[in-house]
Amino acid sequence: MNQQVNSAGGAQNRTSVERKGDRELVVTRTFNAPPSTVYRAWSQPELFQRWWVPKSASGVSLVSCDMDVRTGGKYRLEFGAGGSDTMAFYGKYLEVVPNERIVWTNDEGEEGAVTTVTFEDQGGKTLLNLHEIYPSKEALEEALQGGAAALPEQLEQLDELLPA
Amino acid sequence: MVQYVSRPLDLSFAALSDATRRGIIDQLGRGDASITSLADKFQMTLTGMKKHVQVLERAGLVVTQKVGRVRTCKLGKRGLKAEAEWIEAHRKLFEARFEALDEIISEMKQEGSDESAS
Repeated sequence: MNQQVNSAGGAQNRTSVERKGDRELVVTRTFNAPPSTVYRAWSQPELFQRWWVPKSASGVSLVSCDMDVRTGGKYRLEFGAGGSDTMAFYGKYLEVVPNERIVWTNDEGEEGAVTTVTFEDQGGKTLLNLHEIYPSKEALEEALQGGAAALPEQLEQLDELLPA
Repeated sequence: MVQYVSRPLDLSFAALSDATRRGIIDQLGRGDASITSLADKFQMTLTGMKKHVQVLERAGLVVTQKVGRVRTCKLGKRGLKAEAEWIEAHRKLFEARFEALDEIISEMKQEGSDESAS
């Protein structure tokens, strides 16, 4: 089962998400910068926290961002909505090759994916490939459902923000 | 943060909250099947399988058609749409992130230019 959804009439650099088989999801995007620049934005906490939370996520912000980006290092991101409650996402980096790839676990849930991001040089631009492999088919579908269920309100905001 | 989920989406999620029913959708994605053959494949009673199919049918994810004595199941339009909708939602989340990342990358390149110029 392979299914790909691309933005219709998207300009260059559009984000593509494709499901591969039962347990894998692949996100691709091209950035107008070399891998070393894109890698910095992914690996430096002060830069990462500025873009990982969509602006349209109303009221939600990243209140804590600890990232030790090296093989064997750990990360912990805490999101809050203004109250005292926070939601944490955490795991460890299984492999880090500067400017090339970052592999991390997602340990906050019982069936988290292993995420691999690769940065491929394409004539001064970067083809970014984000690959998520889930422990089971059900885990992938629940992740997708969870994402979809959480997003209707945000999607409306996104539709207003994003160019057609 | 309370999220509003539309009724059709609610029905879809309820229908697909069960692993067997997700398996049925996956199976029908590969080809139509009779309720009997689905029951065999999932090692269920005919009665049990009929109940699962009814839930999926109510959600619009599956349609059934009786030809002679055999009732054949196939994916409804919403079944085909459901996964595409989820994946599109996932894509939009990443698109929003990556557009913010584009802005930061532009800043970084600008800083790089300034540094090399000085």
